[in-house]
Amino acid sequence: MENMVNVYLFGKKYQVPAGLTIMTAMEYAGYELVRGCGCRNGFCGACATIYRIKGESALHGCLACQTEVQEGMYVATLPFFPLEKKVYDIEKIKPTEQIMMQLYPEIYSCIGCNACTKACTQELNVMQYIAYAQRGEYEKCAEESFDCVMCGVCSSRCPAGISHPQVAMLARRLNGKYIAPECGHLADRVKEIDEGAFNELIESLMQKPIEEMKELYNNRDIEQ
Amino acid sequence: MYKIDKLNELAKIVAEKREANAALEPRRMTAEEKDTLLATFHPDYKQDEFTVLSAGVNKGDKVPTQLAELLQGKSRITAADVDLSAPDYDTDVLIIGGGGAGASAAIEADEAGVKAMIVTKLRIGDANTMMAEGGIQAADKPNDSPAIHYIDAFGGGHFAAKPELVRKLVTKAPEAIQWLNKLGVEFDKEPDGTMVTTHGGGTSRKRMHAAKDYSGAEIMRTLRDEVINRGIPVIDFTAAIEIILDENGKAAGAVLMNMETKELLVARAKTVIIATGGAGRLHYQGFPTSNHYGATADGLILGYRVGARLLYADTLQYHPTGTGYPEQIFGALVTEKVRSLGAKLVNIDGEVFMHPLETRDVTAASIIRECTERNKGVETSLGKAVWLDTPMIEYKHGEGTIEKRIPAMMRMFGKYGIDIRKEPILVYPTLHYQNGGLNISEDCSTDVENLYAAGEVAGGIHGRNRLMGNSLLDVIVFGRNAGINAAAKAKDTAVPEKLTLDHIERFNKELEESGAASGTASPMLLPHYARRSK
Repeated sequence: MENMVNVYLFGKKYQVPAGLTIMTAMEYAGYELVRGCGCRNGFCGACATIYRIKGESALHGCLACQTEVQEGMYVATLPFFPLEKKVYDIEKIKPTEQIMMQLYPEIYSCIGCNACTKACTQELNVMQYIAYAQRGEYEKCAEESFDCVMCGVCSSRCPAGISHPQVAMLARRLNGKYIAPECGHLADRVKEIDEGAFNELIESLMQKPIEEMKELYNNRDIEQ
Repeated sequence: MYKIDKLNELAKIVAEKREANAALEPRRMTAEEKDTLLATFHPDYKQDEFTVLSAGVNKGDKVPTQLAELLQGKSRITAADVDLSAPDYDTDVLIIGGGGAGASAAIEADEAGVKAMIVTKLRIGDANTMMAEGGIQAADKPNDSPAIHYIDAFGGGHFAAKPELVRKLVTKAPEAIQWLNKLGVEFDKEPDGTMVTTHGGGTSRKRMHAAKDYSGAEIMRTLRDEVINRGIPVIDFTAAIEIILDENGKAAGAVLMNMETKELLVARAKTVIIATGGAGRLHYQGFPTSNHYGATADGLILGYRVGARLLYADTLQYHPTGTGYPEQIFGALVTEKVRSLGAKLVNIDGEVFMHPLETRDVTAASIIRECTERNKGVETSLGKAVWLDTPMIEYKHGEGTIEKRIPAMMRMFGKYGIDIRKEPILVYPTLHYQNGGLNISEDCSTDVENLYAAGEVAGGIHGRNRLMGNSLLDVIVFGRNAGINAAAKAKDTAVPEKLTLDHIERFNKELEESGAASGTASPMLLPHYARRSK
C-alpha cells in the first residue's frame, strides 16, 4: 500500500499518494486542468496556490507544480488574480522617480506589513523591492525582483492594493533599456551586418557542397 | 541531502573524484564515433516508434506514432457546426499562439500598422519560451561572426537545415538581441556593457547570451508586457481548432473554441500565422518532457489538414539533462548552462564519460548508452540516471556562482532538500524540442497561401538537431519575420469574401480511403493527465 496523505482540494477531502505535487494530486483526484496549470516547471506563475495546514494559523503561498502535498493541507488555487497593469510607451518614459508616482502611486501607501514577502512563492523580498521602487532605485528593484514569476499571490495579500509584479516589471524594463550599460560590440556588429560585411562569406557557405561543409565543421577551431 | 541513503553514498564517490575530474579536458568524439553512437542509442533511430503517414501532403513519410495518430485524426467539428457568414472577430493578421514567436509577430505586425490579434488556448506567455533557461545565441563578439554561427548551426543540425533559413537566423541574431534589449530585456553584462557569454553544446565561440537562468522568462514577460502596452487584442483560453480557407484555397481565418465554455467562434483574417509551439506533451516513446502543458502539436495538425507540408517531423530533440530524480520534478529541464559553467557528466563510478558540451543529440545518446549498454547509471525508483556534478561549478569559479548564474536550478532542487552547490544531481534525457515542423520559406510562408508559421512549429531552420540557444533566437527572429511578412501581405489582400471549411470533409474522405483514420479527436489541445476512476 502506497503511503497516502489527506488533502483538501477546495475543502473537499481526497486521499493521494505522498510525494505528489499539489498539481499532480489534483490530477490524481480526477481534475482535468485548464486554468491554474501552465509550464509545470515553476516559471510561468499560472498555478498560484494558497494553502493552510489543518489546525495551524499560518497561510502559505506556493506554486502548485513545485510544492509537495502534506497531510492535512487545505488547498485553494488562485488561477487568476486581478493585477493592475498600467499601459505606457517604453520609448517615451524615462527612469525617473516620477514615473512610478505617476503609474503606480499606490506603492507609496505600503504600510510595511510584509505580507507580500511572506506570501511570495519564490521567496523573494517583495517588500524590499517595492521600497526600492518607491525611491526610484530601479536597478536594485530589478535585481531583487528578478526571479518573479508574476503569480500574483503577493498582491492577493496586500492591504494597500499594490500590484507588485507589475511594479517590478516596469522597473526591470526601465533598467534593461535605460540604466544598464549599453553594449558596444553589439551595436558594432549590427552595423557591420547592415552594411553587408558578411554577405559574401555566408553566400559562399550556402553554395558549398555538403562534403566541404563537413570538413569545415569537423575541423573548426573551438574557443576554450 | 537525498532522502535515500544509497544516493548520498554514491554522491560521495562523485565528490571524492571532483578535483581530478575538474582538471580533465575530456576528448571530443570524432564524426564517425558520433554517427555510430546516434544510430545505436538515439531515440530518433528506433524505427518501431514511427508510423508512415497514409494520407495528406506528407503521405509516405514517417512521423512519431503519437503524432501520426493526431495527424490522421478526426476534426473536432464538421463544417455545419459553425456559421462562417458572420465572423465573431475580424482582423488583418490572426496569430495563433501566445508564446515568444506569436508575441514577436504581433508586435511587428502592429508596428507595421495593421490590425493584429492573438488567440491562445491558455494565457499569453504560457509557452516553452517562458521555460527556456540557458540563453540565446548571437555572434556579436569580435572573435565571432555570423559565418561561424552558420557553420555551428548547420553542422550541429547534420547539414540538413535549409541554408536560406540558417542565413536569416544568424544574420538577424545580433539585431534580435538589440531589439530585445531596447524593449527592456535585461541581459547579463559586464560593468562596461560587454555581454557575458558562454558556450553551449556544439558552439565554437562563446555566444550564449543570458538573463541568469531565466533567459526565456525574462524575454517572454517583456514581450507580453509590450503586447499589452500596444493594446493588441489577446483572446486567451481560446484554441484554434481549424484553419478556415477562402474559395481559392488561401488561409482566411480560423475556427476558435473557448476552452472553458466550448463555445465555437469564427475569426476572419487576411493572413494567419501559426505559432503554436512544440509537442513534448505527446510524450513520444514514453519520455517525460521539459515542455509546457500546452505543447501538443496543435499547429502541425491545423496546418497539415489544409495542405501545409511538414519537414523533418521525424526528428525530435531529447534534452540530455532532464531531471532524473526526485519524482516531483522528473523530466524537468536542467539547463545546459549548468554544463556551460563547467559541471561535468559523471557515471556511477565517478568517471567523466564524455565531453559535457557535445551537441544535444550526441550527449543524450551518450547518457542513454551509459545507462543501458555500459550499465554505469545510477538506479533510482524512476529508472536509471547519471550524475551532473554541479558543485564543480563553484569548485572552479568560486562560491556564490550558482546562486548568481543559475538561481532557478538552485531553487528547483532546493525545494526537495537537494543543495546543488554541495551535491551533484541526477539527470536523464527528456523530450525537449521538435526539430522539424511546418515547412517554411525565408519569409515564413507555408505551402498554403496567406498561411505563415514561426517558432517551434516551423521546420527547416535547425535541420535534424538544434543547438542550445538557437530556439530562443529562432522564435524572436522568425516571429518578427512572420509578423512583418504577414502584415505586408495583409496590406495587399482584400477581406476574404467566401469562407469555407470544405477541407474537413475532403481530408476525412482521404483518410477513410487510406484506411488509416485513427478516429482520435485532434488537435489534442491539452494532454490527458486526470486519473480516471476504474
